[in-house]
Amino acid sequence: MSEKLSKTRLKEIENAAKNRREIIAARLSRREMLKMGLLTSAGMLVPVRGLSARWADPLKTTPLDNPISPPTTPFLEELPTHMNGGMVIKSPEAVPLNPAPTVAPNTAAGEGRTRNHQALTLYPPVDFYRVSQQQGTYVAHPQLPPQTIWGFDGRFPGPTYVARYGRPVLIRNINNLPINNGGFGVPSVTTHLHNGHTPSESDGYPCDFFERGQWYDQHYPNILAGARSTHQPNGDLNEALSTLWYHDHRVDFTAQNVYKGLAGFYLLFNHLDTGDETTGFRLPKFPEFDIPLMIADKVYDPQTGQAFFDLANFDGILGDKTLVNGKIQPFFSVHPRRYRFRILNTGPSRFVDLYLTNPNNLNTAIPMWQISSDGNLLPKPVQITHTVLSVAERADIIIDFSQFAPGTVVYLENRMEQTDGRGPTGDTFPAGAGTYLLKFIVDKPPVADGSANPATITSFYGLPSTTAQPRVTRTFKLERKNGMWAINGQFATCLAPPRFKIQRNSVERWILQNNSGGWEHPMHIHFEEFQILKRNGVAIPNGSVEKGRKDVVRVGRNQVVELFFRFRDFDGLYAMHCHNSIHEDHAMMVLFEIAAQGDLKTEP
Amino acid sequence: MFKLSRREWLSWAGIASVAGLVVSTDTRAEESLSRVSFTEMSSRERIRDRYFPNVELTTHEGKKVRFYEDLIKDKIVVFNFMYATCDGVCPGITRNLVKVQRLLGNRVGKDIFMYSITLKPVDDTVEVLADYVKENRVKPGWLFLTGKPEDIELIRRRQGFVDLNPEVDKDVSQHTGNVRYGNEPLQFWASSPGLGMPEALVKSILWMDQSSDRPTESLTNTTKKEMRRRAVKKSRQHSTGSKAEKGER
Repeated sequence: MSEKLSKTRLKEIENAAKNRREIIAARLSRREMLKMGLLTSAGMLVPVRGLSARWADPLKTTPLDNPISPPTTPFLEELPTHMNGGMVIKSPEAVPLNPAPTVAPNTAAGEGRTRNHQALTLYPPVDFYRVSQQQGTYVAHPQLPPQTIWGFDGRFPGPTYVARYGRPVLIRNINNLPINNGGFGVPSVTTHLHNGHTPSESDGYPCDFFERGQWYDQHYPNILAGARSTHQPNGDLNEALSTLWYHDHRVDFTAQNVYKGLAGFYLLFNHLDTGDETTGFRLPKFPEFDIPLMIADKVYDPQTGQAFFDLANFDGILGDKTLVNGKIQPFFSVHPRRYRFRILNTGPSRFVDLYLTNPNNLNTAIPMWQISSDGNLLPKPVQITHTVLSVAERADIIIDFSQFAPGTVVYLENRMEQTDGRGPTGDTFPAGAGTYLLKFIVDKPPVADGSANPATITSFYGLPSTTAQPRVTRTFKLERKNGMWAINGQFATCLAPPRFKIQRNSVERWILQNNSGGWEHPMHIHFEEFQILKRNGVAIPNGSVEKGRKDVVRVGRNQVVELFFRFRDFDGLYAMHCHNSIHEDHAMMVLFEIAAQGDLKTEP
Repeated sequence: MFKLSRREWLSWAGIASVAGLVVSTDTRAEESLSRVSFTEMSSRERIRDRYFPNVELTTHEGKKVRFYEDLIKDKIVVFNFMYATCDGVCPGITRNLVKVQRLLGNRVGKDIFMYSITLKPVDDTVEVLADYVKENRVKPGWLFLTGKPEDIELIRRRQGFVDLNPEVDKDVSQHTGNVRYGNEPLQFWASSPGLGMPEALVKSILWMDQSSDRPTESLTNTTKKEMRRRAVKKSRQHSTGSKAEKGER
């Protein structure tokens, strides 16, 4: 029976692929596809049977196909921003925290931390925050019921931290989550500051989770890498970070908890990336013209209208609705001037390839400037017409809306085709046939633009040298194993000792080798950003947006990437993992330690 | 416009709390919006319907049981798929699970339940499974299950023990690597590699038990006013929760 089933399914899959190729080859317009019933008005491909293989039901007992979200009319609501109150900037506490933060974990008072702060007295916090992981409600779309979510301060996206180099902060996380999860998620948390140069005990290490009623102080020194080693005392300016994000990292449950809403932005400014367009690099002013965009895709249960998380999907979860800053397909009215957008793809599993599309002029590619990769400013701006973001990757983009006539509408469009959690198919939809994520309407009056034209910016930061001899070259083989994912044949576990030790203040070369067949993996390494030296043996060319500092690297099918690291300043436990968080939760992670004395394991 | 006010939300929740009532959630007075109706259903019921078909299985002791009603409902469970002649990863996983059973001690069969479901139900009769239990020194409280092939196939698919590649999916040995564990009433569900450390699996399973009391508020800057506000909110939330949701606590 199963053989017959497989043949049928194979045929369906072949047909689906054929349909897809035909749609792409025919370069059907949105309107044509709508007419043909291939596209819903929300801009999603109609999920024709055959596009999803895994829920096929041979017995026809009950509908087993993935739920399809109820229809939603696009572009009804405004994009939430810091200017309209849809997103909030977190305020520091006005009065001292009680009890006062301590170097040792304050276990008696309910703190869940297990290790001492290693740099609290060295970099004493200036700003103190309290944030609570708690249940909240919000409206993703007016045609869906209010969503019960878990968020930082009950919000989605969580409040934005606006931090500055030289101003250390301490954030007290308080776990106020309810025991009732509404179907997925666990009320047990650890908050990871993604890309932070953070001491281990404050990193949000996946095994450092704490429980309901407990709290946990996280100390972010906001120092440049090298401050305690190669570039004392202030660190290497060329390692400056700008767009970070924070999210829950509870081992085994990261995908569920982040899908529930536990994610937000952490922006880091300095004397060059100032947030003021008249100083430093003169990038568009924060928050008026400097807008974070958090992309997330979700499915909504057609019966209850609530976000649906497939608890039995171990491949990767794709949504048929894409949210930007918590809204499904919002619009954004803009002035005819330059804006900086800090785009973050939170997944959990979808990759995106973002274009600007003018529906009245589909054949003209619209230029943008990409100024950062994973939140690290590039050596200089790179002109692009599209950019690919796998899960957890970020790109800061400058769009100049003064190039458009008043009243023009352009869309931020994802043209990447992806039909399951394995990764993109490799096909790109033609202009207008992808998914419109956000509608820009150039209908606000002209205003002064003090920001620099990216074409005239010749340099942000230099790329730190990668000529130093690595102390060790380590190879990591990414494999599919028994329905889960292994790295060098092993599954992650919090109970085992860290798999290898990195010598503090040393240089390492890592080789990530994807042996997992049809799967793609966006790999993230905690603590230190890296540079990609080579992909499949070929150096990353100058002028590529990958020629910069990164903290996530896409390792495509059968690809090999070579990475260059300097591990500096702090000790302790950190992680490398796949940021397709379904893979991550199914053991695709390596835990390691930075210590005074390192090992030389080449295949840890 | 952007966010529902507290009052709006509470009134919405109040309406929806009448079990089974279909409510319109069109919160904006916009002519152009189509009216879509949603049902207030407990997520626990949704999970049961989607993942836990209540099919009949037979234990290695020859007892007929229902998958959801008898094995899953109201329980903390650990289960995997196997077959007696599997010589790939199965023996290692069974050995691991025997260790897990030993580490969990007398809780197995009392408040934590272990199941292994055969992927070859035709070959793995009650007798074969009983022998397998004996050979592997499985203690009471951990059931090995067989049943109709189509019922087992249904559970396998519902539980996601499938591979996107149909060729790989055909090979039953591919579906034996994971161990699923969860707490049904609390709707906590996860999976672990069966060849991982048994101690780690035990720790994850024990975490599923949230019955021990934990402090509900931490010592923070929470003012008395804030505490009162939260207390009021809590009681309101409680009183507006649907019957089904309350039943889950």
